[in-house]
Amino acid sequence: MATKTLLEAIREALAEEMRRDDRVFVLGEDVGKRGGVFRVTQGLIEEFGPHRVLDTPLAESLIVGVAIGAAAYGLLPVAEIQFADFIHPAMDQIINEAAKIRYRSNGRWSCPIVIRAPYGGGVHGALYHSQSVEALFYHVPGLKIVAPATPYDAKGLLKAAIRDPDPVLFFEHKKAYRSIRGEVPDEEYVLPIGKADIKRPGQDLTVITYGYNVHLCLEAAERLAREEGIEAEVIDLRTLLPIDRETIVASAKKTGRVMISHEDTKTGGIGAEIAAIVAEEALFYLDAPIVRVAPPDVHPMPFNPKLEAVFMPSVEQQYAAMRDLARY
Amino acid sequence: MTETTVTMPQLGESVVEGTIGQWLKAVGERVAKYEPLVEVITDKVNTEIPSPVSGVLQAILVKEGATVPVGTPIAVLAADAAEAAAEPQGADKAAGSAPQAAPAGASAPAGWGAPPPAAGAPTANPPAAGAGSEASPAAGAAFAAGDAPLPRGVYSPLVRRLAKEYGIDLRQVRGTGAGGRVTKRDVLAYVAQRGAAAPAAAWPAAAPAPPAGSAEPPPAGTLAATAGPPVSREPGDEVIAPDAIRRAIAQRMVQSKQTVPHAWTMVEVDVTSLVAWREQIKEEFRRREGVDLTYLPFFIKAVVESLKEFPRLNASWQDDGIVVKKRIHIGVAVGLDHGLVVPVIHDADRLSIAGLAQRLADLIGRARAGKLGLDDVQGGTITVNNTGAFGSVASYPIISPPQAAIVTMEAIVRRPVVVGDGIAIRSMMNVCLSFDHRVTDGLYVGRFLQSLRRRLESVGPGTALY
Repeated sequence: MATKTLLEAIREALAEEMRRDDRVFVLGEDVGKRGGVFRVTQGLIEEFGPHRVLDTPLAESLIVGVAIGAAAYGLLPVAEIQFADFIHPAMDQIINEAAKIRYRSNGRWSCPIVIRAPYGGGVHGALYHSQSVEALFYHVPGLKIVAPATPYDAKGLLKAAIRDPDPVLFFEHKKAYRSIRGEVPDEEYVLPIGKADIKRPGQDLTVITYGYNVHLCLEAAERLAREEGIEAEVIDLRTLLPIDRETIVASAKKTGRVMISHEDTKTGGIGAEIAAIVAEEALFYLDAPIVRVAPPDVHPMPFNPKLEAVFMPSVEQQYAAMRDLARY
Repeated sequence: MTETTVTMPQLGESVVEGTIGQWLKAVGERVAKYEPLVEVITDKVNTEIPSPVSGVLQAILVKEGATVPVGTPIAVLAADAAEAAAEPQGADKAAGSAPQAAPAGASAPAGWGAPPPAAGAPTANPPAAGAGSEASPAAGAAFAAGDAPLPRGVYSPLVRRLAKEYGIDLRQVRGTGAGGRVTKRDVLAYVAQRGAAAPAAAWPAAAPAPPAGSAEPPPAGTLAATAGPPVSREPGDEVIAPDAIRRAIAQRMVQSKQTVPHAWTMVEVDVTSLVAWREQIKEEFRRREGVDLTYLPFFIKAVVESLKEFPRLNASWQDDGIVVKKRIHIGVAVGLDHGLVVPVIHDADRLSIAGLAQRLADLIGRARAGKLGLDDVQGGTITVNNTGAFGSVASYPIISPPQAAIVTMEAIVRRPVVVGDGIAIRSMMNVCLSFDHRVTDGLYVGRFLQSLRRRLESVGPGTALY
């Protein structure tokens, strides 16, 4: 067991998988010689050589397209999009090609690619280095979307993603890269895609969240327990798609009060889907309306530091929402 | 100037609704703080509601004669400026913390968290400029707990389901959620307390008793709870919708009979001496005291003195024991045209016969005029009913929980009675007693009645009136 940052855990997963299986390779902008703009892929080109760590041109549709092609040839590519904000040029490749290959071939072929991207804000990244894009892909059958919050989850889930025969979008919160530390076992382990994790059990209300918000909600929950004696159950989704309906609904039925919290803007964020699921399957267990706590529908996110602080979720805000829900 | 909403107050612990009797101010009229604004009738008492602020009556939301649940808005006042500061407007607070960061000009865009849907949505009060919030104005806005509360009677799906499963009337449940909402916690607490405790748990702090056949105030429950097997409806039959008092009486009677094991007994009392004595002094009493001297004060005095000797009948069966009350508050049943009310003579043991006569005249007078206050009908520890007034010679009264006994004074009838070895014509009065058999047994009760009888039979020229 050792304490690692989120970033180190991700790097370890990559290195271990590349060692384990020759077919695994990494491609993206600045991932090779530079070691990645966040240093996630640092050391990989030295260990595995330029044919397994590719510096690509500045063209996202190429990065994903080449990965799809390589996968068709039997390789296991892990493509990096330098910032999730840049994924838009690759949408056609992702939605019309990668996501459809299994269905289109009636199950004969699959597309075992992983697309990794740092997402999220709170780092003075302004409009093009702060976006959350998971909602844009939520609607596409054939895709899996993973967004771990802890080093332990990140390592285990990235391994699972690399070994998964279908396309997986793997979103890493850039603010969490170096600020979130956690225990990571030395032994080999893999975590299941599609399973949420109850990070904190409780009986007074359910908080469903993912990514950096998990840490905000956990801190708010601790404070709520100390100051008001309210015990919140915090569920870290880990996998956004396919969502763990069972865990969510069971918790909703247990507490009767549900709050969904994410950094993505509110309208059309995946919180809407989660709220619909809870309403569909647990309506007669609800003691209060379902609450979504999310930033206003404004482009993520403002550059002005004061505005960014207002936009970005905070512990205070999660705390207030949780407390009000508990008291409703 | 801010708007203040006046809601139907809860005028008694178990009172769940009220009827607007009379609006004392008209729309547009000024009203001072604490000046009576409206008269409200509940099944217990009528009362005047004072205005919470000085200002102008802006709108009357519920008209005279209408009955609404406690908590329903009934009027809107435009409070004077000075008042505004004092009144905590929940809606202001909520709006104040709502998305201030929203683009200028937009009114509350979909911001942090969701306010409760439709009913009870926050009023669009513009946030006080700045309101001192900087980095996280969103703090606390998610639910806007300061929003106008949902009207009582709006229940969550969970609460409704639980109510159905446990067969409870949600109007009986006190809500501790925001704005007085009934939450799941409240429902489960009610169920637990209903199951564990004596029926007294759900009742108001002792409202006096139902004498034979009729009963007293509180909770207007659903009829279903009291209904038995159905009866056919034929032409000519009339279906009368019971009013609040009737419903309350029905529910209390059922509850009393279902939970209290009633036992009953009767003694005959020779009140010839009492009758003669009263006949002698009543004119002078009337002249001096200004009120009539009936038999009731003598009866109550005798009851009170006997209770001192036999206190178990001034008690209550509770889940942690028999609570023997020290103070004696006698409920006196008063029949009215539209129902029954039982005002209470508090600390009856401290009153002389004249004092009791005065107190009775006052209470009965106010009862008939519909002017009893809440204090007048609460706190009874035992009930007395003058069933003789309508000619009864024996009645089987129903106890009013949480009391343990109810005693009646039947009609005074001239009868031939064996006295010594001969027959004489005497004034005879039966005294009947129903008691809670959990609290005590026939022997004790019999002794109480013997004591009562002795005291009544010895009333005469030597009896002190003061």
